[in-house]
Amino acid sequence: MGKNNLGAETIMIPREEIAIETKKIDVYYGSNKAISNASLAFPRFKISALIGASGSGKSTFLRSLNRMNDGIATVKGEIMYRSTNINSVKVNVYQVRKHIGMVFQRPNPFARSIRNNITFALKEHGIHGEDELNKRVEESLRAAALWDEVKDSLDKSALSLSGGQAQRLCIARSIALKPDILLLDEPASALDPVSTSKIETTLRELKKKYTIIIVTHNMQQASRLSDYTAFFHMGKVVEYGQTNNIFTSPRANITEKYISGNFG
Amino acid sequence: MNAKTSNKVATAVIYSFVGIVVLLLFFLIGYILVNGIPYISWHFLTSPSQSFLAGGGIRDQLFNSIYLLILTLIISVPIALGSGIYLAEYAPDNVITKLIKTAIEVLSSLPSVVVGLFGYLLFVIKFGFGFSILTGAIALTFFNLPLLTRNIEESINDVPDLQREAGLSLGISRWRTMVKIVLPSALPGILTGIILSAGRAFGEAAALIYTSGQSAPIVNYSNFNIFSQSSFLNPMRPAETLAVHIWKLNTEGVTPDAHSISNGSSAVLIIVILLFNLGARVIGNAIYRKITSGRRG
Amino acid sequence: MNNIKKELNMASKETRQDSIGRFISYFCITIIGVLVISIIYFITSRGLTMFFANHVKLSDFLLKTTWNPGTLDSHGKPEVGALPMIVTSFSVTILSAILATPFAIAVALFMTEYADKRGAKLLQSVIELLVGIPSVIYGYIGLSVVVPMIRHIYGGTGFGILAGTIVLFVMILPTITSLTVDSLRAVPQHYRQVSLSLGATKWQTIYKLILRVGTPGILTAIIFGMARAFGEALAVQMVIGNAAIMPKNLVSVASTLTSQLTTGIGNTVLGTFANNALWSLALVLLIMSLLFNTLVRIVGNKGAVKNERKNKQ
Repeated sequence: MGKNNLGAETIMIPREEIAIETKKIDVYYGSNKAISNASLAFPRFKISALIGASGSGKSTFLRSLNRMNDGIATVKGEIMYRSTNINSVKVNVYQVRKHIGMVFQRPNPFARSIRNNITFALKEHGIHGEDELNKRVEESLRAAALWDEVKDSLDKSALSLSGGQAQRLCIARSIALKPDILLLDEPASALDPVSTSKIETTLRELKKKYTIIIVTHNMQQASRLSDYTAFFHMGKVVEYGQTNNIFTSPRANITEKYISGNFG
Repeated sequence: MNAKTSNKVATAVIYSFVGIVVLLLFFLIGYILVNGIPYISWHFLTSPSQSFLAGGGIRDQLFNSIYLLILTLIISVPIALGSGIYLAEYAPDNVITKLIKTAIEVLSSLPSVVVGLFGYLLFVIKFGFGFSILTGAIALTFFNLPLLTRNIEESINDVPDLQREAGLSLGISRWRTMVKIVLPSALPGILTGIILSAGRAFGEAAALIYTSGQSAPIVNYSNFNIFSQSSFLNPMRPAETLAVHIWKLNTEGVTPDAHSISNGSSAVLIIVILLFNLGARVIGNAIYRKITSGRRG
Repeated sequence: MNNIKKELNMASKETRQDSIGRFISYFCITIIGVLVISIIYFITSRGLTMFFANHVKLSDFLLKTTWNPGTLDSHGKPEVGALPMIVTSFSVTILSAILATPFAIAVALFMTEYADKRGAKLLQSVIELLVGIPSVIYGYIGLSVVVPMIRHIYGGTGFGILAGTIVLFVMILPTITSLTVDSLRAVPQHYRQVSLSLGATKWQTIYKLILRVGTPGILTAIIFGMARAFGEALAVQMVIGNAAIMPKNLVSVASTLTSQLTTGIGNTVLGTFANNALWSLALVLLIMSLLFNTLVRIVGNKGAVKNERKNKQ
């Protein structure tokens, strides 16, 4: 395990194959600096959790990874994906987002049928064959562990789903595009415990095929679910390493405080 | 006067003023309907108007009003949609956007007679369109655009940002996200706005007197060649609308039964506008119910 | 691997869609921009012709009281004193605003402070219906009800400023009311609770608190109403009498800027002096409309500044 040579000895660089890596990312909202000098490397086929208090910048960081901050905030620095800096103006953001999907804090299905929620983006991206579309719908709903619950009502409005179901539909919608990386912004914060545990099971299953980066404010969730954890504090990455290490022997004082709940 | 008494007096005054306003509305609508409905008949609606004889109808004026309204909507809705999308989606936060918003406000507060005169000057005279349905539709578009644009911008902004983000996060372009996801969700608001603006346009006369003109030439309702001068569909012919007809009968009309025709025409005008108003409500409520019941179920 | 790299750097269908979308929406907004500029340009240049090409003095136009652009006076000059129309326009505007404001505030207070949800909704419909009635209908009812009534009471023709005022009162009432409602709704709910809990009566709360906080909004509403009254053409034209003479009293025939325009434009030929004179009236209308707009902006900004200061404290 190598130490980050940028001085912060609390930041680790995983040895595994890296799916996406940020280099000295700064994010500004107008003149307000929300993230400063964040350098993180996320390994492939692993779940990485971003933790930290509200306003610590973890969601802002996540949204920078697939350029969802375009037009909202200014992101400086490099984001390396497949040896391309995807934070360059020359890069096609729409292609980036096809490879790096995102699921949001609140379930946001389209006001269309369940099937249509999944096929809509596929059709937009030029996939039209009826068989192929049906296959993708079933595949992605199965992967999101929703298939059994909705297979008989695919033509019902997605707005009729419960919160947990809707969130899994959003996951299915994202993975139907066969992305590389899945970003999740507190996907279970608006859900009840049963739905939350379903989502977690789904994610564990998904990591076999996808790189997952998840923002969560729930310590148990981060420790149960993730392989790597990064702790954000006031716009800076304080500590990053294997989840076990972070939770059992945090190096920074403030990380320990946060994890043990003695924060602030 | 102590606090309690003044409170009572104020309450009484407020209630009676409110009563007066409500009675006023009932009087206005009641007056028009009671005086006008007896005059409405199939004959009245389907026969041409007369200048010097009694017994004329409003067939052509009614058709002109409807045709003009349709043309106006065909021209103004796309422009308002584009502009509304610009303001809601693309407008940067800078001086130019502020200027544009000011321009829209200026346009919406211009007296309709000024808008009509501008249409007269530019289209009737300079471009040589003459008094025509097309010129009228363009003038009504000017008059409609600011309200429609603002309504569309607001309806788009009312759609939760999450919907937009969902589309964008799937690699769909901003434009397609707008057209396929945001606009359908904004539709109830937009539709309500369009119907209300249609009602306004249907009753407008000041902007039309010098654009679509004050004469209703006899047209042939079986001639579908829009380039033929006698065709009812020809957009380059002058066309007096129902509202202009009422105005004209009462200012320079020499028709002997001007009063009865005005009563009948006013009632028709009010009924159509009430229908538009009702339609806007029904559509708004229906779609609202559909969405909310979908959430609950 | 390399494929993806290439893909990431390539323009795609989405980029193209976005360019098209951007083009469409920019195009539409440009139309509106160009439209407003041309309206201002054309009306202004036409309106100034009389002063520059026909050398009419601005002071004569604004201050003289004889309007007779078709003929020449004893000095061989056409008479284009627009003061009668300006006075009449202002009279009907101000009088109708004075008449409508108390009613508008009463209805707005009823909707925000007294009525339950259903009552407020019902009055909302009343206001919307009043807005929806076309101005020719207002004019027609004015002509067939108001004018005969005035004739019956005061004698004379019944046409004049009073008839115009009454018609405009009804027309601007909904405008002022709905904007006043908006401004009263913006007064935070806890202001009311605090005041009532201190033992103030409802009226004291309204009078000392709600109306004061809402004042900038109410003023804006009144200005909007006045703008509408000043620019209204046909309804006024039908009841004012259309005689371009100085009004002697409220029940003598007169003419507003708008009514003179609607009556006159059709009877003059473009480019003639009589026609130029009418365009100058249109210019006055345009300037007044811009002025009302500026006034709304100033009052609105002042209100915003005041509220901001309050929020900070």
